[in-house]
Amino acid sequence: MLGPVLETLIGGLLTGVLYSLVALGFVLIFKASGVFNFAQGSMVLFAALSLARLAEFMPLIVALALSIVIMIALAYAIEFLVLRHLINQDSIILFMATLGIAYFLEGFGQSIWGSDIYKIDLGFPTNPVFVLESMFPGGLLIDPTELIAAVICAVMVLVLAVFFQVTRVGRALRAVADDHQAAQSVGIPLGQIWLMVWAVAGLVALVAGMMWGAKLGVQFSISLVALKALPVLILGGFTSIPGAIVGGLIIGAGEKLSEVLLAPILIRTFDLAGGGIENWFAYVLALLFLLVRPQGLFGERIIERV
Amino acid sequence: MLYREVGQYKTSYRADEAIFPIVQDRWFVIALILFAFLVVPLFAGQYLYTEVLIPVLILSIAAIGLNILTGYCGQLSLGSGGFMAVGAYAAYNLALRVPETNIILVFLFGGVMAMLVGLLFGLPSLRIKGFYLAVATLAAQFFLEWVFARVKWFTNYAPSGSVAVGRIDLFGIPIDTPRSTYIFVLASAIMLALAAKNLVRSRIGRMWMAMRDMDIAAEIIGIRPLHAKLSAFAVSSFYIGVAGALWAFLRLGSWEPLAFDVNRSFQVLFMIIIGGLGTILGSFLGAAFIVVIPIFFNQLPLWLGIPISTAAISHMEFMLFGATIIFFLIAEPHGLARLWTIGKEKLRLWPFPY
Amino acid sequence: MRAPTRQQIAAGEVLLSVDDVSLAFGGVRAVTGVSFDIRKGEIRAIIGPNGAGKTSMLNVINGFYQPQRGRITFKGQTRSRMRPYEAALGGIARTFQNVALFKGMTALDNIMAGRTLKMQRGFLWQVLRVGPALSEEMENRLLVEQIIDFLKIQHIRKIPVGKLPYGLQKRVELGRALAMEPDLLLLDEPMAGMNIEEKEDMCRYILDLNEHFGTTIALIEHDMGVVMDLSNRVLVLDHGVKIADGTPAEVQADRAVIDAYLGVSH
Repeated sequence: MLGPVLETLIGGLLTGVLYSLVALGFVLIFKASGVFNFAQGSMVLFAALSLARLAEFMPLIVALALSIVIMIALAYAIEFLVLRHLINQDSIILFMATLGIAYFLEGFGQSIWGSDIYKIDLGFPTNPVFVLESMFPGGLLIDPTELIAAVICAVMVLVLAVFFQVTRVGRALRAVADDHQAAQSVGIPLGQIWLMVWAVAGLVALVAGMMWGAKLGVQFSISLVALKALPVLILGGFTSIPGAIVGGLIIGAGEKLSEVLLAPILIRTFDLAGGGIENWFAYVLALLFLLVRPQGLFGERIIERV
Repeated sequence: MLYREVGQYKTSYRADEAIFPIVQDRWFVIALILFAFLVVPLFAGQYLYTEVLIPVLILSIAAIGLNILTGYCGQLSLGSGGFMAVGAYAAYNLALRVPETNIILVFLFGGVMAMLVGLLFGLPSLRIKGFYLAVATLAAQFFLEWVFARVKWFTNYAPSGSVAVGRIDLFGIPIDTPRSTYIFVLASAIMLALAAKNLVRSRIGRMWMAMRDMDIAAEIIGIRPLHAKLSAFAVSSFYIGVAGALWAFLRLGSWEPLAFDVNRSFQVLFMIIIGGLGTILGSFLGAAFIVVIPIFFNQLPLWLGIPISTAAISHMEFMLFGATIIFFLIAEPHGLARLWTIGKEKLRLWPFPY
Repeated sequence: MRAPTRQQIAAGEVLLSVDDVSLAFGGVRAVTGVSFDIRKGEIRAIIGPNGAGKTSMLNVINGFYQPQRGRITFKGQTRSRMRPYEAALGGIARTFQNVALFKGMTALDNIMAGRTLKMQRGFLWQVLRVGPALSEEMENRLLVEQIIDFLKIQHIRKIPVGKLPYGLQKRVELGRALAMEPDLLLLDEPMAGMNIEEKEDMCRYILDLNEHFGTTIALIEHDMGVVMDLSNRVLVLDHGVKIADGTPAEVQADRAVIDAYLGVSH
């Protein structure tokens, strides 16, 4: 009994890491500009599509480099065409603008790169392998892609955390997140900052896209993963990088475990036509969390002053 | 020349508070309604009814519902699809199990059930605001979708998971042709729009708008956040539920839970953003926009003589919707409704330059 | 929720009394051990250097902040905790330093919103908008128009308040507070950011309210001239502590007050 549960747990944790990668992009942009970037998922898809298609006729490394350039160019375009015009607006307006960007990117990406399922071959085996055969009969099934993703994720988190805390740019970003106008008035170039942040988020999206693409194949449904990142952010707090990781792990593990452990009980009790608890488990968990601790595990408390 | 208000002064506050205080507006709307009821049926073909008029009218009702919650009361919701599903399945089950029920009651029942569910999922709004609330409504969306897909009782144990409704009649008159369906939906939409308009002009509407604009200050003047938010959720969900029932019965005929998925939620949200948040007119305009554009794109290959794949068309729609939303948010956050108002303002002066 | 029955307070008697109230945010002590009262029918000024805790004091009276210690007695009812809704129900109205209007609504609608507690007609009537709901709306509209006349803002009543200049916004906010027919009106720097004429207008409104309608008013104000002319009694706070309490003349001559204000002249 323990074996399958452990396997599910590990599988869930690893999926959770992938969620975290997407959530990281959200956190970056939110932390630095207070904007909730609904388009992060579409950015992941766009990045993955670029990489997959480019890699079809050039070495992976070159394709990767080109994709980085593309994501930076995308950041430029977004800042120039959209963000610049909405600087002092309400956050709801900015959120809805990112909704527009998301839809546009979806259509645009698929128009350029096509809408089939594409493979990303990262050069290491993608088939699940069995490990720890000595401890558990038959061993535990693990997906090496996810394992590598976990490592990459850990490295990225470290880099980003250091960046924010230590560098001058990182400090400026935190100032901007607090108050656009105040930051502008002390000479922080808002436009450049946003550009940088969206570029970094774009790169994070590229990494996320790469990992998800290697695991699932690059397809439209990747952008739906963005919706899944929302509960991750709620659990972890919108402004916390470690929170995105922890939140992702909890959601990933929780989802898979609930499907394996909870679903059968529900199916029996209510005579359901199948499981699929995964679809809503993350959100309901997030909802319950919100009721108890609205700012998430690591987020900042919101105090309203009059 | 045509649109001057000169000479129209109100001699009572009652006159000032009419829905259309300017006489020309009133005539225009009355003419429009008469046109819709009497003239359109003379020339409209099946395609116009089933692909344009009926969907626009039904979705307008949903848009009014979401506008009440998000546009007037400021509570962002991504759960519209789920509430439409509640309305649809509630209506279906009532019609199925109590077959003699009057169809109007069936639809209203759908609305009431959606209202109750809306109240339940609205409770978190007392502690949660902004995007967080949007996520909570997503929880509602995905959970409700799942319930109707898995709990077999709702679909009457249908093996395929999809349900269908038979012939509908109203007091013995069958509603089975596109024209009769159109008339029924038109009448429903107008009555519901009127009710909504009255609500938003009243103390209840002011209460909602106060919550939206500054909830802290609203409490100071005696508005209870609980009351304001829950009433918005209730009314909104009622409208969306009725729209869901109408959509299922009169537009689809047979459906699965997928008809009310998260894409539907986004669709309704786009309608009110593009049409104009916080306006009743905007709900209609936005619905028209969202329905007509894909049709336009579908016809484009024919008109241009170039074959374009359905996938490409779908992508173009996505791009256009995204770009339009961004455009409106930058240029005119109040949407098409505001453009309409600005147009009228210019008309007031026409043909004089200022 | 029904408003609990309260005593009828005669003019001159204590309407509100604040009893040893202390309020702190984390490590910041906004108000420490302050006690004072407000008598019915008077104009009470609360003054003090910046950061003295004046706004915090108003926030406590009106239920925004719950003090860690102390009690408030209003119309004979003593409480240690109160929500803003309950304050409104009890007859306390308030304006803010940074105008807290509903920016998306017109001036008329903002003031009509102030009538919320006085309008009772049920939901269904509102939907139909005939009979009882309509006549209630018209009655209240009439009253609100009187307030609009009084404040001379007829010309801007259909304009969304977000578009109005600051001075007019403050007047609309005052109108909204008046629409509540309050027993106690709390004004937080009603003259801030106004020029001489606007200040004179505002002074006249406040005096009219007090003389003709008998409204009890507590106001925070920096302009000493205004304070001296308008108020019956003055409370002086500094660093969250009461340092003087008396008539304007008494307070003006008080050594502690002069010391606190050293450097600030008007």
